[in-house]
Amino acid sequence: MSDLTLEQVTENYFDVLKEIGNIGAGNAMTALSQMLGTKVDMHVPQVQLLDFGEVGEVMGGEEQIMVGVFLGVEGDITGSMLFLVEQKSAKHLIDKVMMGMGNPEVEEFTEMELSAMQEIGNIITGAYLNSLSTLTNLCIYPSPPALTVDMAGAILSVPAVEFGIYGDKILMIQSQFFDEMEIDGYFILVPDIDSYQKILGALGLPV
Amino acid sequence: MSEIIKVGMADLKTCLPPNGVTTLGLGSCVGIALRDTGNKVGGLAHIMLPDSKAVNTGQSNPAKFADTGIDELIRQMEALGANRRRLVAKIAGGAMMFALQGKSTTMQVGDRNVEAVKKKLAELKIPLLAEDTGLNFGRTVIFYPETGDYVIKAVGKGEKKI
Repeated sequence: MSDLTLEQVTENYFDVLKEIGNIGAGNAMTALSQMLGTKVDMHVPQVQLLDFGEVGEVMGGEEQIMVGVFLGVEGDITGSMLFLVEQKSAKHLIDKVMMGMGNPEVEEFTEMELSAMQEIGNIITGAYLNSLSTLTNLCIYPSPPALTVDMAGAILSVPAVEFGIYGDKILMIQSQFFDEMEIDGYFILVPDIDSYQKILGALGLPV
Repeated sequence: MSEIIKVGMADLKTCLPPNGVTTLGLGSCVGIALRDTGNKVGGLAHIMLPDSKAVNTGQSNPAKFADTGIDELIRQMEALGANRRRLVAKIAGGAMMFALQGKSTTMQVGDRNVEAVKKKLAELKIPLLAEDTGLNFGRTVIFYPETGDYVIKAVGKGEKKI
């Protein structure tokens, strides 16, 4: 079984993880840009290994309302993935996808808007995982996504539980992207600990 | 002046009246509020996983698990003068945030957390006075050991007191 801890993974392969995040998020943004028909720019993603307590603060507090799209990952590697967008950013994105038929001023989401957001999440995470699959030559199948609108802390408890089995920290890739407004989006890829070795091994790194 | 003490994820804190304890955004985690009905010493634990014995990779944080978290909270409350025979409990959380088909047991971790907490409380003969658990939404909780009120807030659902 695995003798690699999350700390070791992060310490030794930080740049690799960052590059994976960069490529994944880059592809996700390309997909989003095609979907929206506009240019979408992004900052260099940040890879962070955070204590459970710090995670909420990074996103503007545990009670910050976020939209979370969650999906399982199957195939050569297993785990799960979470894409989080802050409420206002989500509203903006949805309005764009619905070609101005959304309601960006209202805080609540209509059924139609949630459905649009689910599709955005599906495309973004699909592109992210696809690039990871191409990069590593591993088969990666995403499950259909599930969506929720809730407090950041509550949404983050889902990946935190998976990390909690192995340690006390959570590995997060933060991507900020923007078209005419700044959109804060976060990707959290949670490979099962054994899958880290597969990913790193597939990239030709000694593990 | 009273203050509200914040408890993070996989964390626990004790408190004395008139202060309160709070934890924000409970998802599948469970917030266990304990109170000595005599001298009103209170405490809140925010646990993430049901069983410390199910994982064995050098775990150091007792507050992460239902079993060790409750033990540790009682130990710290006793240090403040609480008597374990007078303790009562209220719990909240244990939601299933995402409904994914065919995903492993980690998705039902909310239910398993609630179950583990109840089992541990029963073992210690601590009465469970009230609960607001399960379903599919996050909760923010504030506990006031003075009155024993456990205030629960959820997005779009207002506030309630158990």
